[in-house]
Amino acid sequence: MADLVAVLATTHHPFYYRTSQLPPEERPPFAEEWISKIATYRETLTRARPDVLVMVGSDHFHQLWLDNMPQFLVGKAPFYDANWENEIREFGMPKLLLKGDEELSAYMLREGLDRGFDLAFSNELRIDHSVTCPILTVRPEADLPIVPIYTNIFAPPLPKPERFVQLGRTIREIIDAWPSHLRVAVIGSGHLSLELGGPRQFGPTGPDPEFDHRAVEWISNGDIDGCLREVTLDSLHAPGNATHGFMDFMLMMGVAGHEKADHADHLSLFHTMEAYFTWYPNPHLVDPPLGGVPTIGATA
Amino acid sequence: MSKYLVNKFLYTVDRDHDLTERYRTDPAGTVAWWEVEMAGTLLNAIDAERTTWLSFTDAEREALVGHDHVALFEMGAHPFLTLTLWIAMFERDHPEPLAMQLDYAARLAHVTQPYPDITT
Repeated sequence: MADLVAVLATTHHPFYYRTSQLPPEERPPFAEEWISKIATYRETLTRARPDVLVMVGSDHFHQLWLDNMPQFLVGKAPFYDANWENEIREFGMPKLLLKGDEELSAYMLREGLDRGFDLAFSNELRIDHSVTCPILTVRPEADLPIVPIYTNIFAPPLPKPERFVQLGRTIREIIDAWPSHLRVAVIGSGHLSLELGGPRQFGPTGPDPEFDHRAVEWISNGDIDGCLREVTLDSLHAPGNATHGFMDFMLMMGVAGHEKADHADHLSLFHTMEAYFTWYPNPHLVDPPLGGVPTIGATA
Repeated sequence: MSKYLVNKFLYTVDRDHDLTERYRTDPAGTVAWWEVEMAGTLLNAIDAERTTWLSFTDAEREALVGHDHVALFEMGAHPFLTLTLWIAMFERDHPEPLAMQLDYAARLAHVTQPYPDITT
């Protein structure tokens, strides 16, 4: 069977790439700490030596549109072009070409359908920054084949939070059952509190720092039940109008199970709180950390 | 009321560099042209398959012609679509980083929760 070697749940901040590419003298004051935290986070994936990446994200009205909107979609293609013109225009992101793992995509679709998720699929998917931001932060070589999984956190009616957790659990079951010798990592990206296009956007912090701290606690502690008790489709409006992207973190909690994260870190920036989590479901398969440095830490 | 059609306008204009510039410089002409030529275009289909029943309300047309992002927000247009297109059109007019986005937010300062429903 395949080995699930790492589960990563991360915010995706489209300005990270451009910030990290600036010459040091032109970088904003928060850049150094941000870049340092990303380097530490990247190492948590490197240590797991994955062969294939299952990438969970959400299309931002790029390829998926309101005339034909899937709730959950799995890419099944040998390659994926990535990033869209308006992401290059607004965020300075590069165009990328990523390899796909069609065998795992096919297995994910078949097993997902048989396990209670009527998954949509795409054989020609141009992926966007919800997937490429984590590629650029934790695997900038962009050399590993991927299986993209898109969720609808964007165009209501949306699936409920419970459904995201269930899909995460199902993805975990499917990977654990995949008859393959490969080492699989699942990387999902979402948001904590977030406002876009509303009165609370682009403030000095995320729109709801208190929600962000509770969210970090739920995720760090693997507290799926506590999170599900407090988070509903309706409640997610209050922290910010784009906070439904938090449901992709809940999906990743479903993948990880009721486990404390092996790495948990966060960073308060203008506009958002960034947060980075890694779990090792099979710790014996993971290389030791470089220099034995503890990986639990945070700066508010 | 067609939140869907307003969103379709924002979506199709944002993803086309030429249309973005046309809408910035000639909103009335672009909205009028778009409603005739593009509103009924079923994306990914030939012209023979045009949708026959879509049109803006007067208020929607006015909001789009007026570059009125506050009215669009209040109508339940998808805020991500509006913001993305507004950044493309107007960020260049604000020399300070994020000044355009903060001005955009300030003009919505009167809005209280719950925000207008964006469900289509």
